Amino acid sequence: MHLGVADPMRDCEYSQISTRSSTPMESPHKKRSARRKWQAFPGRNKFYCNGRIMMARQTGVFYLTLVLIVVTSGLFFAFDCPFLASSLTPAIPVIGGVLFLFVLGTLLRTSFSDPGVLPRATPDEAADLERQIDMANGSSSGGYRPPPRTKEVIINGQTVKLKYCFTCKIFRPPRASHCSLCDNCVERFDHHCPWVGNCVGKRNYRFFYMFILSLSFLTVFIFAFVITHVILRSHRSGFLNALKDSPARYPFYTLGLSGFHTYLISSNQTTNEDIKGSWSSKRGKENYNPYSYGNIFTNCCAALCGPLPPSLLDRRGFIQTDAPQAAPPTNGITMYGSTQSQSHMCDQDQCIQSTKFVLQAAATPLLQSEPIAMVLGDAPLPARTSLNGPCALLPLGQPTPPTSTQNLSCEPDLLPHQEGPPHHHFLTPEEAPSPPGMLPCSAPLAHSHTLPFYNPASQDSLHEDSVRGLVKLSSV
Amino acid sequence: MGLPMRGALLKTEAGRDFNMAETHSLQDMRQQAAIAAKVYVQRDYSTGTICQFQTKFPSELENRIDRQQFEETIRVLNTLYAEAEKLGGKSCLEGCLACVTAYTVFLCMETHYEKVLKKIARYIQEQNDKVYTPRGLLLTDPIERGLRVVEITVFEDRSS
Repeated sequence: MHLGVADPMRDCEYSQISTRSSTPMESPHKKRSARRKWQAFPGRNKFYCNGRIMMARQTGVFYLTLVLIVVTSGLFFAFDCPFLASSLTPAIPVIGGVLFLFVLGTLLRTSFSDPGVLPRATPDEAADLERQIDMANGSSSGGYRPPPRTKEVIINGQTVKLKYCFTCKIFRPPRASHCSLCDNCVERFDHHCPWVGNCVGKRNYRFFYMFILSLSFLTVFIFAFVITHVILRSHRSGFLNALKDSPARYPFYTLGLSGFHTYLISSNQTTNEDIKGSWSSKRGKENYNPYSYGNIFTNCCAALCGPLPPSLLDRRGFIQTDAPQAAPPTNGITMYGSTQSQSHMCDQDQCIQSTKFVLQAAATPLLQSEPIAMVLGDAPLPARTSLNGPCALLPLGQPTPPTSTQNLSCEPDLLPHQEGPPHHHFLTPEEAPSPPGMLPCSAPLAHSHTLPFYNPASQDSLHEDSVRGLVKLSSV
Repeated sequence: MGLPMRGALLKTEAGRDFNMAETHSLQDMRQQAAIAAKVYVQRDYSTGTICQFQTKFPSELENRIDRQQFEETIRVLNTLYAEAEKLGGKSCLEGCLACVTAYTVFLCMETHYEKVLKKIARYIQEQNDKVYTPRGLLLTDPIERGLRVVEITVFEDRSS
């Protein structure tokens, strides 16, 4: 494959060379210390290995997931496998090993990859959009925050509303959503998963699905063979002695989650859409999913085997400083510049603040009732109770909660466990800024680190809506 | 006012290389010409979430370029993007192979999408050289704008 002029340079890595070095860091002499784009990334993500790895800000739960999987499997291999290999077949530890590696591989792939983040608009683009919107509205917005902006498109016969994201300054593509935790718009946003420490979106959904599927198989595998071990030993030395010898019992919770995502894949929906009931026939007879290919097989194929889109963020590229643009920034759009060094700027902070206010407004009834236990030690139990009450799933303005909640509700007949099963706190993503009727929800369950503000007074109508939503849900 | 020379090859994640080199004539133009305007061609979502751009001719380009020429460029881009995202036998096979190898195969192989993106980069380069630069315009590869828009920079017309 020939790239023309650049072919001989293919294997090399060059930094940007500016004819006018406006800042010292861009000069050719300091090529090695020039900043990479990930260092000035405006979202709330953490980067490792010089931009190769990208995760959400709060990664504590991810480490817990890793520890649980490794320790559980380690115990299995150490205590059960020798006996099973000798008394049954050595294929058991081999299969277990392969499964374990596959689980780890897919987990790491899910956690470390870019979920499909949409880069924020350049100042010129944002200005152009503002101009178009103003022309459409027929009036200038002035200094006050303008009303929420939407654009309607017809996709395969279905009307879909595209919302304008005030943080990223773009009209979100269909199925994209803004994740309030990571502060990014993500394509085909499914949910933010604290257990993998990342959002699940277009680029890593298949890895996520393979992770939970293989994890289900692994847990069932380990569970089955532990039982087998106990039974075999009990033939020899009595049941109680057998129990003493093989520690740990494992849950089936991941099976339920796999089942749910299998359903989502086969109907080509995201968790977000399912929770909101976007394509539910309850919304109207004419309502159908315009993205579905019509048959289960094609939907599965598309989700799991379709082409893997590349990352739209050029994380490891070098920042180039553009000279001041011809169009000055309008409406107080602070210059992201190409330096992007001021990653936390006024309007972004404002957005974060306003979203936080809205979150607390919704969270207040929850917060007053029970503490949110994120996960530590035997946390699964408190996490379960918190889910049984005001659930993580808040349908927006739905008269009846979606049926999918049934799959997600905590199964009380689970065996007592020591391992925390991956709960999924389905966060319907925050729509920044707070237009009325947009319900932020479930954020409290994942927002254990950002709870402190209590300013419900400023969001009265939202508060009311959210309380109504919570009341409906708790009546399930 | 000028723009920094983007004459470098950026090595992005998964070993993807994009050719950002520009011709000398373009550099000269940039150093001499000022930007009059930037025109943005937005995405067209009427067929779903696949990457397609609107073929509507922007009014700012009225006296700069032929309507047909422009629409042809966008149409070819749309075809290329559709090819990248096509759900064919080949991409399915690639997906299955990747799954079976726990996605490690992408460490040594380029994905189908990336291959087509390179094709697109070459096409845009070619169009710039042949069609747009002589008219004082510059197409920016949509991948540099997160596949949101096709950015067309309009330089001040200093032609005699």
